[in-house]
Amino acid sequence: MSTAMTADSFTRLTRRQLAWCAAQAIPDGSYVNLGIGVPTLCANVMPADREIVLHSENGVLGFGPAPAAGAEDCDLINASKEYITMRPGGAFFMHTDAFVMIRGGHIDLALLGAFEVSGTGDLANWTTGDRRFPPGVGGAMDLAVGAKAIWVLTEHTTKKGEPKIVDTCKYPLTAAGVVRKIFTDLAEIDVSPDGLVVRAMVEGLTQEALQAMTQPPIRLADDCRVMAAPAG
Amino acid sequence: MPIDKIVPTLEAAVAGIGDGMTIMISGFGFAGVPNDLIEAVLKLGAKDLTVISNNAGTGTEGLAALMGSGRVRRIICSYPRSKGSDKFDARYAAGEIELELVPQGTLSERMRAAAAGIGAFYCPTGVGTELAAGKEVRTIEGRDYVLEMPLRADVALVQAQKADRWGNLTYSKSARNFGPVMAMAADLTIVQAKEIVPLDAMDPETIMTQSIFVDRVVHVDNDREWDI
Repeated sequence: MSTAMTADSFTRLTRRQLAWCAAQAIPDGSYVNLGIGVPTLCANVMPADREIVLHSENGVLGFGPAPAAGAEDCDLINASKEYITMRPGGAFFMHTDAFVMIRGGHIDLALLGAFEVSGTGDLANWTTGDRRFPPGVGGAMDLAVGAKAIWVLTEHTTKKGEPKIVDTCKYPLTAAGVVRKIFTDLAEIDVSPDGLVVRAMVEGLTQEALQAMTQPPIRLADDCRVMAAPAG
Repeated sequence: MPIDKIVPTLEAAVAGIGDGMTIMISGFGFAGVPNDLIEAVLKLGAKDLTVISNNAGTGTEGLAALMGSGRVRRIICSYPRSKGSDKFDARYAAGEIELELVPQGTLSERMRAAAAGIGAFYCPTGVGTELAAGKEVRTIEGRDYVLEMPLRADVALVQAQKADRWGNLTYSKSARNFGPVMAMAADLTIVQAKEIVPLDAMDPETIMTQSIFVDRVVHVDNDREWDI
């Protein structure tokens, strides 16, 4: 095991870079919900050559990046309560309709944050059970049952350095077996019926080092790429 | 006789809200929250309240002030935890406020069910999770659903953009959020509107909440910067 601090040989992506990597993987023409946390950052780094319609649970379809300083509108925010802008073709609607879109199977893809993801795609992202930190489910459970696909965007490890991709989630589940893809600050990983497959990882990271930070077994795709994003 | 739901003051708008009532409060984050009406309820002194709102407030005013006041016994919401939700967090940690956590889409659909006279509905959200514990599960065409109950309120406090004297409403952008469904799901719907317009000023095609759902309208157009 070469876990002995290979930490110096690779650099973790920033949250914005992580969002950029996920955004570049979204298919052209998709309707995509962005959840709280890293996912809402994707709106600022979407590929310019694709028409992708972003959905927010609070009644917005077709939104764009954050406004320029001074142009914020307090009536126009995303799920993370950050200011956004509208793109041509965008629309507003009430909450019930936002969840008709979500629960009714009209959303192609939802990008969510996570406390933990299991090797079989179980998702835990609403409570740690610690009374000092009240739980918050928001639209996560609705998205988990309603969106056609779920990708998770998260740091690879906790602040204490423990794996967030685990054999079995210790926190209560949001939904079982729903996550198809995981983007972390170290790697892009598919949750396949045969286990976790690494599609890309940051430069200088080895399979052994990534495995040491990941509980379930991982294997590298034959065409495993270097995961890189513009600086920032 | 002309119908006129416009009341002159915030005090008149919240008159009659009493102890033990269930109150829906519109808004998502800081967008669309009827802060002035909430403050009026605080001044009124009603206690032992149940609040239904997506969040539990941040900062020191508006919903957060209500949560910190000790007058709320119970909150039904989807996402109380936010940066700055200290008022709620402290009451919750101390066991002084009861929390019913409801998935956001289930929350709004339960309101819609109450508004529409639906007795209950089967919903796929949350099946097999702690939030569905104890609820009836039924398999329909191979998929599991949990039985969810309607959610009504004695009062809804709603923030709107435009209102006329009948109570027809429009909203602004994502500040619409829970406003229309809450207005439909409460016995008494009280609206604070930024603009009051003549009865024929709104195009019937653009009205978002129809006057039948609204009981009182108060004009609130101030530049106050709330700590929320």
